[in-house]
Amino acid sequence: MRRQSERPSGVSRPDDFARTADDAYVVGEQQGGGPPDRRPLPPALRPIEFARWIWRQLTSMRTALVLLFLLALASIPGSLIPQTRISPSEVASFKQRHPDLVTLFDRLGLFNVYSSVWFGAIYLLLMISLLGCIVPRARVYARAARARPPKAPRRLDRLGAYETWTTDESASEVATRARGLLKSQRRRVDAYDVDGTQVVAAEKGYLREAGNLVFHLALLVVLVGVAVTGLYGFKGRVAVITGNSFQNALVSYDDFTPGSQFDIANLAPFTLTVDDFHVSWARSGVGRGTPTGFDADLTVTDHPGAQPYNYDLRVNHPLDVDGTSVFLIGHGYAPVVTVKDGDGNVAYSGPVIFLPQNSSFLSFGVIKAPDASPTQLGFQGYFFPTADICTGNVPCSTFPDADNPVLSLIAYSGNLGLDKGAAQSVYVLDTQDMKQIKTADGKPRALILSKGETADLGDGVGSIRFDGYERWAQLQVSRQPGKLVPLVGVLAAIAGLLGSLFVRPRRTWVRSRTDEAGRTVVEVAALDRVSGGDPKAHVAEVVARLRGPTGPDDADPQPRSQPKPEAREDEESST
Amino acid sequence: MTETMAHLSNNAMYAATIVYTLAMFCHVAEWALARSLPADAVADADAAALAAAAAPASAVAASAVVTSSPAAEAMSTGRPIVPPAAPRTRSAADDVERSDRYGRIGLSLTVLGVLIQAVGVISRGIAAQRVPWGNMYEFAITGSLAVAVAYLFLVRKYHVRWLGLPVTGFLVLVLGIAVIVLYRPISPLVPALHSYWLMIHVSSAAIAGGAFTVGAIASVLYLVRSRLEAKAAANPDLPRRGFLWRAPDAESIDRVAYRVHAFAFPLWTFAVLCGAIWAQYAWGRFWGWDPKEVWAFITWVAYAAYLHARATAGWQGRAAAYVALCGYATFLFNFVGINLFGSGFHTYSGM
Ligand code: HEM
Repeated sequence: MRRQSERPSGVSRPDDFARTADDAYVVGEQQGGGPPDRRPLPPALRPIEFARWIWRQLTSMRTALVLLFLLALASIPGSLIPQTRISPSEVASFKQRHPDLVTLFDRLGLFNVYSSVWFGAIYLLLMISLLGCIVPRARVYARAARARPPKAPRRLDRLGAYETWTTDESASEVATRARGLLKSQRRRVDAYDVDGTQVVAAEKGYLREAGNLVFHLALLVVLVGVAVTGLYGFKGRVAVITGNSFQNALVSYDDFTPGSQFDIANLAPFTLTVDDFHVSWARSGVGRGTPTGFDADLTVTDHPGAQPYNYDLRVNHPLDVDGTSVFLIGHGYAPVVTVKDGDGNVAYSGPVIFLPQNSSFLSFGVIKAPDASPTQLGFQGYFFPTADICTGNVPCSTFPDADNPVLSLIAYSGNLGLDKGAAQSVYVLDTQDMKQIKTADGKPRALILSKGETADLGDGVGSIRFDGYERWAQLQVSRQPGKLVPLVGVLAAIAGLLGSLFVRPRRTWVRSRTDEAGRTVVEVAALDRVSGGDPKAHVAEVVARLRGPTGPDDADPQPRSQPKPEAREDEESST
Repeated sequence: MTETMAHLSNNAMYAATIVYTLAMFCHVAEWALARSLPADAVADADAAALAAAAAPASAVAASAVVTSSPAAEAMSTGRPIVPPAAPRTRSAADDVERSDRYGRIGLSLTVLGVLIQAVGVISRGIAAQRVPWGNMYEFAITGSLAVAVAYLFLVRKYHVRWLGLPVTGFLVLVLGIAVIVLYRPISPLVPALHSYWLMIHVSSAAIAGGAFTVGAIASVLYLVRSRLEAKAAANPDLPRRGFLWRAPDAESIDRVAYRVHAFAFPLWTFAVLCGAIWAQYAWGRFWGWDPKEVWAFITWVAYAAYLHARATAGWQGRAAAYVALCGYATFLFNFVGINLFGSGFHTYSGM
């Protein structure tokens, strides 16, 4: 196996488990000094061998490493360049600021890094590599999991953790007790007799390899789970003004992103009404202006004809309707205005959603009155919840709550361009065919309105009155079928990881034989594959338990520890 | 009550900074005194024991009195007389002891500093009536507490007092910046932050971060030490003196670094998971590739790469250590860079 030759001695290799105490099973983490991998050039050979070569390369540790690096690198641009999925408005303004980069960035998918082809390619390669890694390892592990503990090396005393003594107990008695003891410690135990020498071999820590497998498998589960959840789910956003209702149907959404396998017919047919919206801000202290809480009072009807019920929708407290979740993710102001046209008729009356621009909720919005005659009317401008004059004599909002609401608008008359065919955003005023309302001296006329005030646009064009405001709630509605799969996957991954990083495989041998004097010489030795454990303490414990309270036999239980417990059993298991 | 607690917290932070500074100076002294010490110099008591076995006491006493003033001094202070070997060894033994004493004082001061800092962090939490990680200042004081605790834990477990100087240096730096530059009075938490998942998320991230920091410091020491060893191997005459030579060998340092990282990585995985669950509750999606999330992911991948590198031929040792440091750089960038310059849901740095 290719991977095998890449891995230096001393590192866990699946194959090791099936073998006896070989050179890979050392005390401590002697990981250094592996010979640099000299990869053979692709043999100019028949397709099958070439394919095999490619497969080996793809599933090698080194490729996995490189792919991990690539994945990390590929993630970076998405955090530095605005992303369409996160903030379309930032992308738009970025494009405005850097018109020269737009084509290039668009072509490279830099505004959509995480769904770009190249990101997907790395992701896919990593998945294949992972699969190619798991399958052979699982086979090896399955064999190792059934394997018996390895035979004892001939020279136990060369192991780092080693003790010996002599006793009058018979060799087989010692062996029987050793076997019981090691079994009781939940080790896998083999006992056998080699030319009169009783050997008990035990091993523990098979879970390490299993943990590693579980971890990597769980990663696959997570990746697949996330993909499936995305395919069969949807995500949508809608802003609902207090007093208004939302019906869960495609047309109701401001923004809707279905997974490619999502069937629109599966939208849960619920309706909800935002009866009221409460928000509070810290009014004093350093945190002045920090929101301290907001929630929406909802009336929900699960499906037509169902009994309506109330729900208090808060951040961190979503509503769930038959697997579809509704989250409160933001809010804002909707100034209520009455627009009258040149003929004196009401052309528009009601709340208009303005979008908050900063933490003091200075909000921008557009008001359109397409029914106005003789010409259509349009307005754009700002809503100041707590209007004030700031340094530089500019109007500003000094607090997010509506303590002194003021509407400041620029008015236009003419053609709103709604009949041009292309759908128009409600937050954009197309002023191409419109005339700005100016003051007598030709400057743009700013309409500054406090609550209840009316501004006449002059020339019989019409008027606008600022009646007050409503609040609106930004709702995110989503359905993530199977969202538990990735969750469970991550939990399994963590469990596997813990096993893989903290389980310490250990082999223990107890050998007893009768010496020339007719007494029994007992040797106990242990070997860890990874460092961090204390095999000497383990040996000491086994010795203490085996010798029992019968007191010291006459031998010297010298722990013959070597300073450098490298003790590789080159002359392995001739037993 | 709130006022008192806030005051207590601020004063505790000042006090902790000062205590850590003293601890750092002690560790500087520890290094300085070991500057000319050979790698294998031992302390007085041990030297005496060795000497007793080596030479007849009377002869030793005579030669010592004649040849070395330190020895004479030792006699006048009633300390055991030490051996023939050389006057140089004598004063070296003294230095060993003094260096060691400063190291121990440094460690004691660090323990004291941690206690004071813990009081500061907890009283900040009580004063704010919430968990103390609402802004950069609170991140810094809580995060550095995690670093200090991780260090003390490792000192107990693996005897890593040789990390003392860089760790205390780091603590002084971070707390200093926190107290002087980042300080913000207590303010309430935005609603999205009121969540148990967030609490678990941030505490596990803080602990993992503390361990990553100690791991990174250990990796740097490993790189320095292994360079020294490589130089010494190329040039056997090179004197092996100074604190770094007296620290454990490169391999042992590497092992400690690995263990710390192996502890931190699953915890970080868990922290990211809790973050995702919290994001689900707060914003209706587990994962949205928000900059903060992206960098948490990058950190995760980088440390996974580190664990892999340790098992890949040609990537062990120094190369793996560099990968770990890259991982730490991404962690720091997430903490500092994204909080300061980033946008997105996660930016509550309060700057
Ligand atoms: C999604 C990408 C991957 C991630 C995040 C990842 C992560 C990790 C982590 C954190 C470890 C250390 C914990 C442990 O020992 O179990 C590890 C170990 C390991 N990984 Fe991966 N891995 C990935 C893909 C792969 C692939 C594609 C291969 C196949 C070449 C692979 C082979 C291994 C092996 C053999 C080990 C054991 C190393 C040892 O014994 O120390 N991994 N992996």
